[in-house]
Amino acid sequence: MDIFLWGVLPYVMVVILVGGSLWRYKFDQFGWTTRSSQLYESRLLRIGSPIFHFGLLAVIAGHFFGLVIPKSWTEAVGMTESLYHFNALFVGTIAGVGTLGGIIILIIRRRKTGPVFMATTKNDKMMYVVLVAAIIFGLWTTLASVFWPSHDLTYRDTVSPWFRSLFIFQPDVAAMAAAPFAFHLHTLVGMLLFMVWPFTRLVHAFTAPLHYLFRPYIVYRSRDKGASVANRHGWSDVGTHDRDTQHR
Amino acid sequence: MRVMAQMGMVMNLDKCIGCHTCSVTCKQAWTNRAGVEYVWFNNVETRPGQGYPRRYEDQEKWKGGWELNKRGRLKLKAGGRVKKLFGLFANPIQPELKDYYEPWTYDYKTLVDAPLGDDFPVARPKSLITGKDTKITWSANWDDDLGGTEEMGHLDPIVEKVRRESEDKIKFEFEQTFMFYLPRICEHCLNPSCMASCPSGAIYKRVEDGIVLVDQDQCRGWRQCMTGCPYKKIYFNHKTGKAEKCTFCYPRIEVGLPTVCSETCVGRLRYLGLFLYDADAVTAAASVTDPQDLYQAQMDVLLDPNDPAVIKAAREQGIAEDWIDAAQKSPVYALTKVYKLALPLHPEYRTMPMVWYIPPLSPVVDLLRDQGHDAEDSGVLFGAIDALRIPVEYLAELFTAGDTELVTGVLRKLAAMRAYMRGISLGNDPDESIPASVGMDGETMYEMYRLMAIAKYEERYVIPKAHAEQAHDLEEMGCSLDFDGGPGMGAMGDSPFGEASGRPTPVAVETFNALRDRQTSDSVAGADTLRGRVNLLNWDGNGAPAGLFPQHHPTEPDRDEREGDLESAIEGGGGS
Repeated sequence: MDIFLWGVLPYVMVVILVGGSLWRYKFDQFGWTTRSSQLYESRLLRIGSPIFHFGLLAVIAGHFFGLVIPKSWTEAVGMTESLYHFNALFVGTIAGVGTLGGIIILIIRRRKTGPVFMATTKNDKMMYVVLVAAIIFGLWTTLASVFWPSHDLTYRDTVSPWFRSLFIFQPDVAAMAAAPFAFHLHTLVGMLLFMVWPFTRLVHAFTAPLHYLFRPYIVYRSRDKGASVANRHGWSDVGTHDRDTQHR
Repeated sequence: MRVMAQMGMVMNLDKCIGCHTCSVTCKQAWTNRAGVEYVWFNNVETRPGQGYPRRYEDQEKWKGGWELNKRGRLKLKAGGRVKKLFGLFANPIQPELKDYYEPWTYDYKTLVDAPLGDDFPVARPKSLITGKDTKITWSANWDDDLGGTEEMGHLDPIVEKVRRESEDKIKFEFEQTFMFYLPRICEHCLNPSCMASCPSGAIYKRVEDGIVLVDQDQCRGWRQCMTGCPYKKIYFNHKTGKAEKCTFCYPRIEVGLPTVCSETCVGRLRYLGLFLYDADAVTAAASVTDPQDLYQAQMDVLLDPNDPAVIKAAREQGIAEDWIDAAQKSPVYALTKVYKLALPLHPEYRTMPMVWYIPPLSPVVDLLRDQGHDAEDSGVLFGAIDALRIPVEYLAELFTAGDTELVTGVLRKLAAMRAYMRGISLGNDPDESIPASVGMDGETMYEMYRLMAIAKYEERYVIPKAHAEQAHDLEEMGCSLDFDGGPGMGAMGDSPFGEASGRPTPVAVETFNALRDRQTSDSVAGADTLRGRVNLLNWDGNGAPAGLFPQHHPTEPDRDEREGDLESAIEGGGGS
């Protein structure tokens, strides 16, 4: 069981995440959007959405710091265990609570504002459940590791080595299996989130428009190129390269 | 010099009777579908009035268009790139549905289905957004024909400005009110701020004809374009989550047809044609310091298509001979550069709009006539144009960033033409002093009159076709409006990712069949059982065409046999 959960599932998740995103990017450009509901309601969105999104960015940064950077590195630069934990708790809690608070505002808004609720699909509802579960379990791990530090093993000795070991295709299943239950739960829900990701509106995150900082203001495009919508088939053409494929 | 071609439009506001035919036909053609119920690519506003969306010209609030920064460089009024990205998670200044209006329908079914009772059944208004009962409080032309001006006239941002600056009052008392109509579409600007605002780079200007379009595949729904466009002519489709805008009817333009709004205009007030312009000069022209110089700067960007140097440069840029020819015959070039009658709408937004307006003389004429003057006499008209400050100042705020001299000049030309042509119509000798008083000669004035008053279809619309060597792209092109039961009707159906997603069917095949089905079926479109059936309303009574009767069941006699019987029966019946 441990081997399946911590040795196989992560790779399945990556395949689904990457494959699903590529497939959707190729064949469903038109459905790839934020599906914003700001036209219906702006007041609550302008409070909740930035809190949620900026909180989420901080959470992602925190995950990077906690999972990717080995304990030995932070110790090497003279960061004590307690300082690290204070930092993680302080920043992590602020980010996590912000994210949770933001999404709660957004969900209340979504439920209470008639037009917004009507524009909510089943897919959205499912996505919200997984997303909120991931955030709550994540916050739980943060708090649990501080207030009930009964175990000797912190996530930096269990989850993080396992996470890094995934990248060299030698998953350290034992390390992860030794982690507390809360981390197991958070990791599983997290993997579920990434597996549904390509099939929900969350895909908009993958097209965050950072290139806006560098592109010219005025975009000219030839009609030929504008017609690239033309032949989007489920699979690429077999055999001949006719004039249409040349035009893509 | 980089010569590029731009499709442009000129509207002669004197001829607009405010019938909204352009709006309605445009809506039928382009935005008659879910998600864009509130959207009017073409709308007609009564001025003075708040416009659509309400008070869109108040750029202190909406932050549309460009402004100059301290170093005199162009900068988006809503903020630079970094600021825009920080505002990505919730657009700080985005119009909401209530700034446009909440679209509605009526519960017509009750009228038919209501049980017998003492009261007449009523069709209640239902919101098209929530489906619930609604109270209609605003629409795209709620203040049409100065409706409610007593109470709301002061909310027009231009009225506010003119009042503030002149310490005078635009009177809304009935006898002193002036009014005209302003039809608006996307301006297809040379320096579009919507495009500059788009984080995804999904909005583009076509190299060939300058039409500004939204790539529906690349748009991610960040909504910055809605803020960026000072004319608020980019709309958000709340079903698909994508931005949409006036397409200048490019599928029609490409085959040489005028836009739907032009084609259906009752007053024939729209002109379509090409401009040649210098793309390298646009940014400098839009950066002129004094807003009142922007008109001239914009005029200077437009190139003379008869100038040999321009023609040579155009050829070098690969502009085809028939396009250069069309640019030379272009009515929009004549009205803007030759006769200098047409003015851009709000040049102070620095977007270099390419839909131009000939300001209306009618507010002045109407006032004169009401006061008992001869409104066709050049002397009276000239005097009135100079004396009637309020209409002129109002027009100047719309078309010349407040430069009343320019507006007065155009109005005097229009007045002179009126007086000069009346003399000729009455059989008098042409009074050459009238054109001379506005710096023209009689012959030019007559040419101008011809273009303004009696130009035929092919003189008003000079539209070169898109080039044949590119034509294969047009055949099966999935058009950018081809979605969610859109005008292209590329069927998409339900999809697990929401109704917007999926792949459109090529426009030509599916649309053609779907349209034919709909036209020939006597039931709701898409009822497959009715495919191929004959609509009895269209049946001329001759013979029994295939599909006249329902398809036979296997148990029934053979089709051929049956049809033979029927034909003879019908023929026999017809003879008696």
